[in-house]
Amino acid sequence: MTTPFQIVVCGSIVPDPLQTLEPIAGPAGPALKNEMMLPAILDPWAGHALFEAANLARAAAGTKVWLAALGPKAKLQQVMMTVAQKAPFELLALDGPSSGFADSFETAAALAAGIETIPGLDRARLLLFGGWESASRGAGATLQMTGERLGITEQFQGVDRLTVRGDGSLEILERIEAGRHQVSVCSAPPAVLGWATGYLPDPRSNPQVGMANMRTIMPALQRAKAAPVPSAGLSFVSVSLPKQQRETRIVKNMPPEEIAREIAAWIAED
Amino acid sequence: MNPPGRQSMNADIVCVGFGPASAGFLSTLSQHLVRPDGMPAIDSPSAPGLPLQVLCYERADDIGFGVSGLVTRARGIRATLPNLDPSRIPMAAPVTQERLVYLLDPIGASRRSPLVKLGDAALRALRLHRQYGVELPYVPPFLHKTGGLVMSLGQFLQFVGAELMGSGTVQIWPGVPVAGALIDDDGERVLGIRLADQGVDRDGRPEANFLPGMDIHAPLTVVADGPVGAVGRQLDAQFGLPPDHHQHEWALGMKFVVDLPADTPLEPGTVYHTFGYPEPEIFGFFYVHPDRVATVGIFVPSWFRSPMRTVYRYLQHYLLHPYLWRYLRGAKLRSWGAKSLQESGRRGEPLLVGEGYARIGEGSGSTNVLTGSGVDEAWTTGSQLAEAVVELLQAGQSLSRENLQRTYVARRRASWVEEEGRIAEKARDGFHRGIVPGLLGMALAGFTKGRHWIKGEPRLMPDPAQYYRRRIPAPELDRILDDCLARGVSSHDALMDRSGWPAIPYDRQLLVTHQDALLLGGKVQAPPGFADHVRFVYPDFCERCVTRLCVEMCSGQALVPGPGGIPVFDREKCVHCGACLWNCTAPLEDDPLRSNVSFRAGAGGLHSTEN
Repeated sequence: MTTPFQIVVCGSIVPDPLQTLEPIAGPAGPALKNEMMLPAILDPWAGHALFEAANLARAAAGTKVWLAALGPKAKLQQVMMTVAQKAPFELLALDGPSSGFADSFETAAALAAGIETIPGLDRARLLLFGGWESASRGAGATLQMTGERLGITEQFQGVDRLTVRGDGSLEILERIEAGRHQVSVCSAPPAVLGWATGYLPDPRSNPQVGMANMRTIMPALQRAKAAPVPSAGLSFVSVSLPKQQRETRIVKNMPPEEIAREIAAWIAED
Repeated sequence: MNPPGRQSMNADIVCVGFGPASAGFLSTLSQHLVRPDGMPAIDSPSAPGLPLQVLCYERADDIGFGVSGLVTRARGIRATLPNLDPSRIPMAAPVTQERLVYLLDPIGASRRSPLVKLGDAALRALRLHRQYGVELPYVPPFLHKTGGLVMSLGQFLQFVGAELMGSGTVQIWPGVPVAGALIDDDGERVLGIRLADQGVDRDGRPEANFLPGMDIHAPLTVVADGPVGAVGRQLDAQFGLPPDHHQHEWALGMKFVVDLPADTPLEPGTVYHTFGYPEPEIFGFFYVHPDRVATVGIFVPSWFRSPMRTVYRYLQHYLLHPYLWRYLRGAKLRSWGAKSLQESGRRGEPLLVGEGYARIGEGSGSTNVLTGSGVDEAWTTGSQLAEAVVELLQAGQSLSRENLQRTYVARRRASWVEEEGRIAEKARDGFHRGIVPGLLGMALAGFTKGRHWIKGEPRLMPDPAQYYRRRIPAPELDRILDDCLARGVSSHDALMDRSGWPAIPYDRQLLVTHQDALLLGGKVQAPPGFADHVRFVYPDFCERCVTRLCVEMCSGQALVPGPGGIPVFDREKCVHCGACLWNCTAPLEDDPLRSNVSFRAGAGGLHSTEN
């Protein structure tokens, strides 16, 4: 029988794809113009991690999944109406900034502090999931530091597959250089897994799952605590947009080599 | 027969679509669902002991992804939300000034009747225009929006949706298309709704990860899915329209939301209504939001008898009109979108209530075609239904057709929506005879409170040969059409180029290609796993079709001519405007009210909340 896990997935919101992002200088440093007006989605990297967590929970009875999300409460609420239909989870909502300009170190501190408040969390069974990358924060540094603050030393980044072996140990497929994978075995939780894309397709939206999730998500949003992310000591030398202008053609069934050649030529224009 | 695994669920009220009508319905309803002590004010009949279970399913991938140019008197909205503070809603501003402008044709490509040309010549000779625009000294009272608001419907719906979801009294689920209503075996009662299947191929065949659409059973289905919504049209087909009602009149609205140049002199709340250009039949609008943002767009009506009535190309020429370009030079595209408007107004009103259902919003015939207003009317009908539902539930009465007739329909009939809708009912009939009779008819109806109007009946659409007979020799026209067909592209650009319209000077900022408007402006996307929502009932009809107006009018270039001339549909470009539905010129022989285009519920589309 598989031992149940306690999985906390760190993930927040990012602007919906194709939005026009324009950096501006705000009173607290760089920001995106009209960021609060832009529609948002769950960070796709974190989304993969959440779906992997749900998949693992289905296989290991008794496993619980939390989504720890640091972001503006109103935006989190809206995004949850879509995400909640995808997989069963409970929400740990932290009302704070989700900007890509937030300090990773302070973000990790806020997330770790929030996770420590989850009632009954069994650290010995804890798997800390998140995106290896992020569509806003990048570099996977936040998840790594969150794990360190929680005292988790077993860390894996660029994970594509997690298999629970018969003895309860974890076999982990990590991306390494040259398009290859490295297989590691971790004897037991706790561990940090920064997910790459994995192999699971996006689950279908299931209204019943959404309804069940909402019984806990809405109260979690209502009691979301303010989680300021200080930026003292952080400075940006410069923030700018790429020089290239968008030039769109819609072409289907183009060979990948041809797409790569065009992209390389386009980048070389700069 | 149900496939294995189809789930079902019970609710008390299920709502189809989250637009202004549903927002009005849910905002009003939610105010009555919780007592001051936080306890439920109305118990759920379907789940005793729980509060009223109210679910709303929205087709688009998030709330506020819909489109509507919006300057509104906001009477109904303010009645529901008396403490509404526009400063809390991004892009909202009180109307400060309104102008009605007649636009002359500065390039000579527009198709103007001799009478219009004569008038234009007089205006030029008398130098009554400025930058080819003639500002009318007077805005008729039925048109003005004094005291109203300029808003982005997307931002307004996001604001209302956040308040509603934060209240915890109702649930709004985006990204969930409703395939249709569940109707009992006798064909008389709506039992609820069925959500669209997921995990299917483009023809609807199950694939891996198949999830049959769930059935939601509810005593009341609130149908608010707009004029091209699948459920509303299903009910129209099932129950018919009231005698003498029709839904023949349409328009396609398309808009840009732009960042104005830093030195713009335009103040927030400035509103321009225009007519006369790029074609006399095309109306335009220009609203200024706070922070140097503006909405600018046009409406192309169904009575514009052109088989090449492309909206995107015309919109670009509209932006370039000197009267507007003086403000738009240096502006930058933020958002783009398009939407069909049901312009039959009250004459297009379906049966408002039946056993198990009620209709609200634009699909219920609430749009006022004389005042050019639809959002506030739609909101108000939703609010009226909510008041009726609360009255019935508090009295322990059922939500039957008879009771809804006595409460909801009676409220609606006694309201300003009905009074003004009746005035507007025939106001636009004159446009079927031409632009001048149309304008006179509107004025006549407006000033006589609808007692008089100019009559007119829809006429057949000319084919391209008839339409271009004075501009393009027939052999050349045939060559152009054949070439476009062979290349799998629509014909309107080639024909407009040939008939005198200048090329668009793309600047990659505001004047962008149609596909860039989709991506830069509309951010159009389509999730995988859903079937194509545009289908052709009898493809052989399309093979014989000469005009292919569905292709020419398609807002997203999602329809292109395919092999044999049968249009090919690309779901990833569709903005769900529904133009193909009413621009199909092939009515079905067995049902003349339906065209050869089957427009179903589908996921995806616009991903902008600024429209």
